[in-house]
Amino acid sequence: MTAHLSRRSLLGMAGLGAGAMLLGGCGGDDDGGSGGTQTIDWWHIQNTEPMLPVWAAMAKEYQDAHAGVTVEIQPLENEAFKAKLTTATQAGSPPDLFQSWGGGVLAQQVQAGLVKDITDDVAPWIGSLLPLAMQPYTVEGRIYGVPFDLGMIGFWYNTAHFERAGIGSPPATWAQLLDAVGKLKSAGIVPIALAGKDKWPGHYYWSYLAMRVGGLSVLQQALEQKNFDTPDLVAAGQRFKELIDLQPFQKGFLGAEYGSPDGQAATMGNGGAAMELMGQWAPSVQASSSTSKQGIGDKLGFFPFPTVDGGKGTVTEVFGGGNGFAVGRDAPPATLDFLKTLLDVANQRRAAATGAVLPTVKDAADSIKDATGKTVAATLAGATGFQLYLDQAYPPALGQQVNDSVAELVAGAKTPEEVVKDLTAVAKSQ
Amino acid sequence: MVAIHQTVRPAAPPARGRRRRRVRPATVAAFLAPALALFLLLVVTPILVAAYASAFKWNGFGVPSDFVGWDNFTRAFADPTFRGDLWRAFVLVALSLLVQLPAALGLAMLLNQPLRGRAVYRLLFFAPYVLSEVTTAVLFTLVFSPNRGLGDTLSRLLGAEAGAVFADPDTVLLAVFLVVSWKYFGLHMVLFLAARQGIPRELTEAATTDGATAWQTFRHVTLPLLGPTIRISVFLSVIGTIQLFDMVWVLTGGGPIHASETMAVTMYQFGFRRFEVGYASAISIVMFALSFAFALVYQRVVMRRDTEGAVTTRGVQG
Repeated sequence: MTAHLSRRSLLGMAGLGAGAMLLGGCGGDDDGGSGGTQTIDWWHIQNTEPMLPVWAAMAKEYQDAHAGVTVEIQPLENEAFKAKLTTATQAGSPPDLFQSWGGGVLAQQVQAGLVKDITDDVAPWIGSLLPLAMQPYTVEGRIYGVPFDLGMIGFWYNTAHFERAGIGSPPATWAQLLDAVGKLKSAGIVPIALAGKDKWPGHYYWSYLAMRVGGLSVLQQALEQKNFDTPDLVAAGQRFKELIDLQPFQKGFLGAEYGSPDGQAATMGNGGAAMELMGQWAPSVQASSSTSKQGIGDKLGFFPFPTVDGGKGTVTEVFGGGNGFAVGRDAPPATLDFLKTLLDVANQRRAAATGAVLPTVKDAADSIKDATGKTVAATLAGATGFQLYLDQAYPPALGQQVNDSVAELVAGAKTPEEVVKDLTAVAKSQ
Repeated sequence: MVAIHQTVRPAAPPARGRRRRRVRPATVAAFLAPALALFLLLVVTPILVAAYASAFKWNGFGVPSDFVGWDNFTRAFADPTFRGDLWRAFVLVALSLLVQLPAALGLAMLLNQPLRGRAVYRLLFFAPYVLSEVTTAVLFTLVFSPNRGLGDTLSRLLGAEAGAVFADPDTVLLAVFLVVSWKYFGLHMVLFLAARQGIPRELTEAATTDGATAWQTFRHVTLPLLGPTIRISVFLSVIGTIQLFDMVWVLTGGGPIHASETMAVTMYQFGFRRFEVGYASAISIVMFALSFAFALVYQRVVMRRDTEGAVTTRGVQG
């Protein structure tokens, strides 16, 4: 989906050196609720169609209905947003309402006192949201953000390729998946598309395998005990290594990006590979980055991440995340009312209708149009457990180390044992 | 050149002397203040702040409080990635000096010959320098795109299978070097060309009259007179390599598995991705120290003759 594509897109990073790091963020403006006028400074990352105009329209309607409130919107490209927010928060002046994925980054902001505890303010209406979605935005029992979008990772596959390789039904266990990879290779089809340059797509495999082998809580436990050197996590790496050793990825995958014209999504969208492990946004990015701009259409199927024989995890435990908003510490009071308006059923339906958002408000689920979106929403609704993306759930240093270490595993530079040792070292240093 | 100096000199000393007597400290201060203020605010302050931050374990939020002394520096020099950065910087500098600059020099000499369409060639070779680093990098990711890039198509026409150069840890650094060279050799070529044209015809003619071969003329007349420009080119090349960021970031992001990572990329990863601002500051201080030490030593030792104007003052101005 557009929201996620731009979050992950790596373009446009022009030289930001130490100078920018230290000098950026000077000159924050003060906008307390003094007098009758309030200005809400809102940073979001839906900087392209279809959500960009929808947010703008919602802000305008709110302004028209509330005299004295001005919403100043700054739509930012994902990486630009992260860099800009970093400098703003380091200067101690966060925006009033801003994009947040929850998890470890939000927890750091909470610790630094940069975001508002909104538990009591949202209490009257927060019950309308999926409880699962609230988890990343809850730090030590208090709510610091509200999600407007929630999705999950799973395998997207090309049914035509599966048929040609003689694979009857989608793999339900890891052994069946490895078997399917073998069949696809024999049929001359690239089994899996992977964006090795971007690193984060690789971490989905390792994380899901950890959940399937060690159970839902294994990743959270590792974080809390600062220890990744456990038999379950080594086994997860070994299972992944079994797949890597089959050389299932497309040519040049170590240099491939996710969304570039020759990247993971395009490879799937052009029918160049049989599967990818990706989130709910996969169909739309496949279509938009394919040569035909249509993707593979109704040949696209979805199956949840397989279970591992003898593992403690179940197929209904999902790995995913979404998008939400956090409220800055100096935000004027109207910010919370505005946030509530953005998340009312009518506005969530509008967002869902664009196809770029999977709504978190339960009653808005009926507005999801496309079939694949419905599949994901249904799987999520039946989920028995949830784990946020590790590069969001963990403190940033550890989250990035997961991405780096798994990338080293994929490239054959590190063993599963070395991966968990590196992770433990970084976890202990935090 | 000598002739020019002689015609200018007689008038200069008295004028300079008079001016010097009249200048008052207040005037100096008034003219110096704006530039000095900017320099202090935009150059000196960030350096000091980074130096301060480098002594802390700090995630960038609030005020640094967890003082760790030299820990960030010892950590950097123990980290395989950062040590790799230093090694890669060395490799890139060596390649620049041994391949890129000689190639630029050779081309400059060639384009100094009376040649049909010389201006067009000069323009063509200089053109890549006009592109921004990001544009260049995006362009080359498309060219070397492993499955549908121009490089792949061309090599298939030639009956060979092109490897994915940016996806292979063994080739990626060389590939990055080639792209950097493609962009910057034009600049050095133009510098050399300008310097070559500043060499009076009489000198090379005299050498020829004395029976020197073309190589001997180049080796003993042209090359020494190009010295100041070459020394400046080397200087720019080394400093540029130490700070290499944009190109690598867009081309490879430093990967695969850190095989093309530079110090600046590592610093960015830690400062903006991992929020380990103290450690990132330490890396930036090391980069600064390296550049500064190199600049100082190089100017004192290698460029000493240029700064004294022993041969010509061109190098200092260029």
